[in-house]
Amino acid sequence: MPYTPNKPQPPETPEQLRARIPGWGVDLDPKDRPSVPRERFDPGATGAHWEFPERQPETVPRERSVEHQFLTPVFGTSAPLKWCSGRIRRMAYRLGEDRAARWLILLGADRVDAWENHLASFITLRPDNPVTQTGVTSEFNHHGVSSRVGQQRADVRHHWMDPIIVAGPWVVGAGAAIALGLKAAARFRNR
Amino acid sequence: MRAMVYRGPYKIRVEDKQMPSIEHSNDAIIRVTKAAVCGSDLHLYHGMMPDTRVGMTFGHEFVGVVHEVGASVRSLKPGDRVMVPANIYCGSCFYCARGLYSNCHNVNANATAAGALYGYSHTVGGYDGGQAEYVRVPFADVGPSVIPEWLDDEDALMMTDALATGYFGAQLGEITEGDTVVVFGAGPVGLFAAKSAWFMGAGRVIVIDHLNYRLEKARTFAHAETYNFVEIDDIVVHLKRATDYFGADVAIDAVGAEADGNVIQHVTAAKLKLQGGSPVALNWAIDSVRKGGVISVMGAYGPIYSAIKFGDAMNKGLTLRMNQAPMKRQWPRLLEHIKAGYLKPNEIVTHRFPLEDIAEAYHVFSAKLDGCIKPVIIVGDQ
Repeated sequence: MPYTPNKPQPPETPEQLRARIPGWGVDLDPKDRPSVPRERFDPGATGAHWEFPERQPETVPRERSVEHQFLTPVFGTSAPLKWCSGRIRRMAYRLGEDRAARWLILLGADRVDAWENHLASFITLRPDNPVTQTGVTSEFNHHGVSSRVGQQRADVRHHWMDPIIVAGPWVVGAGAAIALGLKAAARFRNR
Repeated sequence: MRAMVYRGPYKIRVEDKQMPSIEHSNDAIIRVTKAAVCGSDLHLYHGMMPDTRVGMTFGHEFVGVVHEVGASVRSLKPGDRVMVPANIYCGSCFYCARGLYSNCHNVNANATAAGALYGYSHTVGGYDGGQAEYVRVPFADVGPSVIPEWLDDEDALMMTDALATGYFGAQLGEITEGDTVVVFGAGPVGLFAAKSAWFMGAGRVIVIDHLNYRLEKARTFAHAETYNFVEIDDIVVHLKRATDYFGADVAIDAVGAEADGNVIQHVTAAKLKLQGGSPVALNWAIDSVRKGGVISVMGAYGPIYSAIKFGDAMNKGLTLRMNQAPMKRQWPRLLEHIKAGYLKPNEIVTHRFPLEDIAEAYHVFSAKLDGCIKPVIIVGDQ
């Protein structure tokens, strides 16, 4: 009880724990724990044979945080900024990392990016396919029903939202396209 | 080459992508043999992490064979079988020189608030990941290590993140002999954290989750006492009662941004993206640990604010410790433990998918179908 000075004893003794659990207590001494102490100054331990790394060439202009003094000597080149989402992201990168707006603009740009690429895919030989790309077919060959029913899972209560998040923008987009088409057709007929 | 490519929230596909090339003299190109999907990949997959760009390849857990090395690489050669830590780091900046490899300042141009990881959005550097046939590995003399002959590929794969992170989480808990440790989340990191807590002398290890098949694994793999929070009215009160009204000495959050258990928190964070993460597990950790206790946060959260109960943490005098794990720093000790037979990391692997079926792998893992704990992607031969 915390109402008295001593801490409760664990239900098993160290001997019992050592007998039951392989490796019990092997790192009991903090000196055996690799991240103790938290900081250990040892620049020679990493394998680096430079004090400051040679710079990776910047072949395409690369965005960077305003909290960096300069472009880091090495950087990722996975998906350079492009199109409308790229412009939005550039705006976000003008803001400091402390600003919520920076991250919310980036999240907004992510949604624009997805839409741009979905639309662009329709003029390619491999348009986006929400069925194969969501892996939803695994519901049928990986026990989709029995994995959920009667399992008392907390997440089942909000699973119904996932199809809305995935398919919702497609339905809204299709609806908007149909509405625009009908409006254009009506205007053409009224001429 | 064939590679997993992100197409927007909940949507990925495998497509032909340009081979990565040497972009810096200390780069290596690795031919990936096996990769894993991490629970934190699901935050990207669900569109939660800012600046996750369409066209990016995910995957920060992978092993493979060296295919090509840059001019200044000294420690690796083509043909070496290597494991690559999830962190990308230079080895020489202020932080790397002090062992804080996950906080490297020379590799993430996009943000100073985070280091860099493979395949984990531009917020952590914009590097492609290893769920592909080939991947660019910067600072090849610093990050990757040759896999010892005796170590299985899948065991090495678990070392690249899940095992090293779980073990690191237990270390941040500052466990002393006889401590009661409660781990929130029985996913791969939680299972390894629970197992590691015993190495550090815990007297009692309790694991909390809502998935019974994962709790079963926590009992058999990590020798833990388990509770399903769905079956209990108030898990915090239950933990107080179970610990003689003390609370645990140490609590480890191994859940992170998509925690369940409070619908409002989950929906505002995971579905509406209005928080950097749903802090349900973290708040339970704060409330269920004893006064003066330690919280270790291993769950991943995004850079936006989250509704965390700092008042309780302050008034209870808690120590909150957290970081992305510096993976490679843990490796020598973990190799000793594996060799001694104290743990077999690939016992948590439940599913194996070919790269071409990776969309199914993500769905099965995300929807927790089929008893999935850890899916491995088989990319190529050794």
